Amino acid sequence: MAGFYEDEGRLRGILGWIFSTDHKRIGLLYLFAILFFYAIGVLLGFLMRLELMAPGPTIMRPQTYNAIFTLHGVIMIFLFVIPGIPSIFGNFFLPIQIGATDVAFPRLNLLSWWIYMIGAVLAVLSLFTGGGPVDTGWTFYVPYSLRTSVNVPLAVFAVFILGFSSILTGINFVTTTHQLRAPGMTWFRLPLFVWAVYATAWIQVLVTPVIGITLLLTLMERLVGVGIFDPAKGGDPLLYQHLFWIYSHPAVYIMILPAMGVISEIIPVFARRTIFGYKAMAFSILAIAVVGSFVWGHHMFVSGQSDLASIIFSLLTFLVAVPSGVKVFNWVSTLYKGSIEVTPPLLFALTFIFLFSIGGLTGLFQGALATDVHLHDTYWVVGHFHYVIFGGTGFALFGALHYWFPKMFGRMYHKKIPYFAWALLFVGFNTLYFPMLILGWQGMPRRYFDYLPQFHSLQFVSTIGSWILIGGLILMFGNLIHSLFRGEKAEGNPWGGATLEWQIPSPPPKENFVETPQVERGPYEFR
Amino acid sequence: MKNHKDNTVSTLGMWLFLLSEILLFGGLFIICSVYRYNHSRIFHLAAESLNRPLGALNTLILLTSSLTMALSIFFLKNRRSERSLFFLFLTIFLGLFFLSNKYFEWASKVHHGVYPNAPVLLERERGEVLFYGLYYSMTGLHGLHVLVGIGLLSVMFVSVLRGKIDHERILPLKNTGLYWHLVDIIWIFLFPLFYLIT
Repeated sequence: MAGFYEDEGRLRGILGWIFSTDHKRIGLLYLFAILFFYAIGVLLGFLMRLELMAPGPTIMRPQTYNAIFTLHGVIMIFLFVIPGIPSIFGNFFLPIQIGATDVAFPRLNLLSWWIYMIGAVLAVLSLFTGGGPVDTGWTFYVPYSLRTSVNVPLAVFAVFILGFSSILTGINFVTTTHQLRAPGMTWFRLPLFVWAVYATAWIQVLVTPVIGITLLLTLMERLVGVGIFDPAKGGDPLLYQHLFWIYSHPAVYIMILPAMGVISEIIPVFARRTIFGYKAMAFSILAIAVVGSFVWGHHMFVSGQSDLASIIFSLLTFLVAVPSGVKVFNWVSTLYKGSIEVTPPLLFALTFIFLFSIGGLTGLFQGALATDVHLHDTYWVVGHFHYVIFGGTGFALFGALHYWFPKMFGRMYHKKIPYFAWALLFVGFNTLYFPMLILGWQGMPRRYFDYLPQFHSLQFVSTIGSWILIGGLILMFGNLIHSLFRGEKAEGNPWGGATLEWQIPSPPPKENFVETPQVERGPYEFR
Repeated sequence: MKNHKDNTVSTLGMWLFLLSEILLFGGLFIICSVYRYNHSRIFHLAAESLNRPLGALNTLILLTSSLTMALSIFFLKNRRSERSLFFLFLTIFLGLFFLSNKYFEWASKVHHGVYPNAPVLLERERGEVLFYGLYYSMTGLHGLHVLVGIGLLSVMFVSVLRGKIDHERILPLKNTGLYWHLVDIIWIFLFPLFYLIT
């Protein structure tokens, strides 16, 4: 490997990486850290499924199960999906795609990674200190999180720290997109991935502080008992839920928008057509970001908020479906009469559209006030969420890995294996999560350790699905890791992409461009 | 040209950071308005018991410190680093003065048994527990920001003294100034919220 890998700075070896301010190296640092935590999250999910394979205690006790589903949620959400695409691919490709040499604040960028790692270490530490692993679920709902004897303070503090990392990354990306675009890189020549990461960065800057203060108050509640969220002292738990979801709903868009950006990159390249409705795509990203920030109350339809509030939140929720629908429509229209080449990245992108559509449509059931009463807190919600976030963001991340792998590492992976891995993933995924939708419809509550006998067969099927899915993951990552060392050398532009990152060697040189590029055409104008 | 570009980049980043700070306090302001609405009478009574002259003095101190901060930047721009240092020192002094007043204010409350989770406080009405919970949380978080500000100002002081920051490389001082003004503005909202609106 050459390019930025070879350029040794002041420090050598591992120090040359963990103290590097090069956005590409930081992107890779995030890649390995995030995939490491992903592996742990998958393992925890696997254990949960194993426990649920049969009614009654199978391999663990209820308290362990509570700790495991909490940990699965905290790790997957705060350590994997939220930082996932923006921190890995945003760091690596945002500057290159706009023709810059680095992000606006390279040192701040490195600091963000360190803060992320510190937060992650604290989260892990919370398992073994204090009263043991947290059992509250990833939402840390009061008043239970104030009463339980487990180590809530450290876990909450860890998430607070992770929020800092997210805010700093957001500030960096907004500033970079505004100030460091190459000559000729107008706003409407930006690749849609940049638009998506840009909109995401705004959400990160604007809503992460709200969960920051919420968690800080929860921490104070535990340590000194200020009483703000404690019903015993007059505090209002519903207020906690409001503040929590003011962040955590937009956080869902922090998870999905960058994924949509990735899909908008992959589809035009492998359909050899310019994206259908570029401006509609860009504006729908912004619309999702803006409207999505005002729908948090749909998590609280049965929590006791006023009917009027519920009706407004329900309406706004349905409104988000419009720009999301625009995007799905435009992706499909881009394929229409295109010269389609079904490469592994495109396969993952198409799967994204399929699974995300199921996830999105099942979401509308919950967004409707009456049906939500039936579906709330059931497996339906678990199924819906995994279809959107795993089927959506997860598969987009796999697609992004296969799309940008040759650019990032300068090597091409074995091209046949991803198809087999995809087949396992696709079958495993649907076997794992589709039964959950049915189970929820039938009334199986989420987060339960045990269940009635009539749910047994579907729970069993779901567990089998988890095995197939993990098989697919092992095959896919095995292939990528193998190719990292043994893969053939990749060309600068193996896919024939038109965006700037494909116009430079693979892997990119240290300063990205030999001379500042002059941009004269849009991102999807193929010659 | 390059330098000018760098300035714009760094200033934009600073403003975004300040925006996130406003939202951090925003969460607290939301909670405060909800509880004020729910317990308006008790909030009114509790506000009466706060030391209004001391609060007013602290407001005056912070407002003055914003002026001295601006003057420090002004003089450094005009290459008069000694005057700049003087006003920077004054700003730090005013910040410390603010915190010491805050300390005495808190201490007198604590002395009367009014602090979070205090047995005396918990026997009183729910609204009062919430009022003081918010009072300590919000002025506490603000005080923490003043403390961080004093730290930043001290770093600036040393940097100007050593000539690392001068009229050409004034940006860190300007950004510190922006931060200091934000801390000031937040107090300008906190003061009427707790001391004046009754």
